[in-house]
Amino acid sequence: MALRRVLRSSLGFRRYSTHFGYETVSENEKGQRVGEVFSNVAEYYDLMNDAMSGGIHRVWKDYFVNKMSPRSDTRLLDVAGGTGDIAFRCLRHMKNSALPDEHQSGEIIVCDINAEMLKVGEKRAKQDGLELKWVQGNAEELPFPENSFDVYSIAYGIRNVTRIQKALEEAFRVLKVGGRFMCLEFSDVQNPIINDVYDWYSFNIIPVTGKLLSGDWKSYQYLVESIRQFPKADDFKNMIEEAGFQEVHYEKLMFGVSAIHSGFKLK
Amino acid sequence: MYYRPIGVLEEPVIESKPAYDGHIQTTKFQKFLLGMGSGILALTNPKRGDMVALMGESTGECSLKYMQSCMSNDPTGRRILADQPRINSATVDLDELAKLPEGTLGHEYIRFLNENGIHPDDRLPVEFVDDPSLAYVMTRYREIHDLVHLLCGMPTNMLGEVVVKVVEGLQTRLPMCVLGGLGGPIRLGPKHRNIYFTTHFPFAVQTGLKAKSFFNVYFEEEWETDLEELRNRLNIPKIPQTPKLKNVHKT
Repeated sequence: MALRRVLRSSLGFRRYSTHFGYETVSENEKGQRVGEVFSNVAEYYDLMNDAMSGGIHRVWKDYFVNKMSPRSDTRLLDVAGGTGDIAFRCLRHMKNSALPDEHQSGEIIVCDINAEMLKVGEKRAKQDGLELKWVQGNAEELPFPENSFDVYSIAYGIRNVTRIQKALEEAFRVLKVGGRFMCLEFSDVQNPIINDVYDWYSFNIIPVTGKLLSGDWKSYQYLVESIRQFPKADDFKNMIEEAGFQEVHYEKLMFGVSAIHSGFKLK
Repeated sequence: MYYRPIGVLEEPVIESKPAYDGHIQTTKFQKFLLGMGSGILALTNPKRGDMVALMGESTGECSLKYMQSCMSNDPTGRRILADQPRINSATVDLDELAKLPEGTLGHEYIRFLNENGIHPDDRLPVEFVDDPSLAYVMTRYREIHDLVHLLCGMPTNMLGEVVVKVVEGLQTRLPMCVLGGLGGPIRLGPKHRNIYFTTHFPFAVQTGLKAKSFFNVYFEEEWETDLEELRNRLNIPKIPQTPKLKNVHKT
């Protein structure tokens, strides 16, 4: 692993190659292979999330939306929002926090690069009778004009983006001045004992569960590897600041298994 | 290095390159978990053919070695191990087989496939067996499974599958087959269980013990052989009739 990193940076490969889990692949390939992963897992995505995290992902997402506190007039863009977990929570929050007779001028748009994931989300929305907009698009090149949203959220999606910095710059572009960037993502566990247990669980249990429940080992192997490849919380904070955001903070959840990063576009 | 050691719970390094196309490397502990999980899921939900397949792969190492040694002790078996023939739509001309005279293995095989709505390409590839030659034995087991059904005259409903599992269990010693044969009858309704225990189970045991190993049959060379003649040659006893029953659990 370390040897690969040294080779990559010394030979100037850093600019042209990226990682797909622990494999080094070309940038084009990563996009395609991530696409395959999510087309395969779309149907079982929600079930697997529950099985792998013992349901804790729901707590994290509730906390995330609470922190975001969208109002009835918030224009929210939820990127990589596929099956709609964040969007549904935001909609409920907005409805609950609206004053009686208040006109709902807010809007939630769910954007995802993968059509299969969006389909699952749309189906869920219909079942629950919720109204949202579903747009297929790439986080690195959003199909929206600049300065159009109050909040940009991305939950468990940014680690799958090929060029993370580009996605951050796009987030900056589409947000209005005063807008907020919020990201919920897996992060690094600092405590060595907990980290050992977490690693053991990730490498032994998760791909096995994936194979048993959805018949797909490789996608879940990719999942646990991609988590380890993602920048640490501090490094990610720096990347967000580099994109132009200010007042960037992060909060770790459950010893660092997940983390919420938040930043504001003030200029 | 594919995995790194994690405290004392993780086994040390495994090979960094997959042994064959589609090979997924796993530690013994993971194979154990996969074996347990797939066993439970296969029993509670027999429609999950992939779980039956997974159980075979994760628990079958010793049995595959036994099968390989059986094949090595037989001249035809040795040829099969060397040639590694495959049975799928790319290697076998299904249309040509259908044209063969009635009563031949090839013709009856195609009829069997059509009657039961199955296709040789439905077989899942082997993923978790680490040794490539054992992986071939497992592949061969899967690809001749339908032919074993045909030779034993058993349909592909739950009753027929359990009988074939018993036969295969006795011939291969695969834990998946043995457990399938023991656990499968639990899922049969009372009428079918009755039929199973009166005629079909004794037939299965006799076939498993007396018949020649199906792994030493070069099926690709026997398409034009008369089916009854082949059955006699392999010492398969008289096949009991499976009555057409309503609501027989279809796999």
